[in-house]
Amino acid sequence: MVQFNRARLDDAFAALSDTTRRGVLERLGRSDASISDLAARFQMTLTGMKKHVGVLERAGLVTTEKVGRVRTCRIGPRRLEDEMAWLERYRQLWEARFSELDKVVDELQRQETNNEPRH
Amino acid sequence: MKNETKMERKSDRELVVTRSFNAPARLVYKAWTTPDLFKQWWVPKSFPITLLSCEKDVRVGGKYKLVFAHGEGQTMAFFGKYLEVVPNAKIVWTNEEDGSGGNVTTVTFEEKDGKTLVVMSDLYASKEALDESLESGSSSSGAATETFQQLEDLLGTLNK
Repeated sequence: MVQFNRARLDDAFAALSDTTRRGVLERLGRSDASISDLAARFQMTLTGMKKHVGVLERAGLVTTEKVGRVRTCRIGPRRLEDEMAWLERYRQLWEARFSELDKVVDELQRQETNNEPRH
Repeated sequence: MKNETKMERKSDRELVVTRSFNAPARLVYKAWTTPDLFKQWWVPKSFPITLLSCEKDVRVGGKYKLVFAHGEGQTMAFFGKYLEVVPNAKIVWTNEEDGSGGNVTTVTFEEKDGKTLVVMSDLYASKEALDESLESGSSSSGAATETFQQLEDLLGTLNK
């Protein structure tokens, strides 16, 4: 069982609780991008995007490097997958569980349909 | 079309799972509250644990107890009581296996156009309680993490 550092996990979850930030991570997963690229892509002001990137950076999900006037963002150093792993496993359990529930519910529906002519 | 299972950590203290079912709410509710039916789906067949017993007294103040077998003769019990019961619509229960009793699960069944949206929310007494549950793998869903670990171990051996 992987043991997670709580403070790190908290930062990561806070960082991931926002749609834009999840989008930024997804985008950076494909290639590095500057803050202004990201701002344009997500139709935001530079200030707004800087804020989001700051949150991701503090959580260790993104690193940035300023070269001249351009700040480039990239994924890492920590892998998003580590933090999302248990959430995904938990979701998969529910998915499997609910597939079984589908079968039970279908059977109940079939029984009801079969019983109908008797009413 | 497959109904998607979504899950989200809503806050420090809350985990939410949602899923739609192509059936009226009363049937989903029945499958959830009738022990014989519940046993058929709570532990997916592909999982290396067994639900040994399931007792449910689904009424306000009534108790429930689930006992699972895993590994070599080991068992785990999950238990608590019902705080709120609205037939075909809502069930709220406590999860008392960790001794605090402060962790509460709410499940709602919302029927619309013959389909039912199930929203299940685990609200922990504190952020620490949720984190601890994640770390130890003893969430109210029935040791999900541990179960997955076992499944992973199994898949690991198969892959070798």
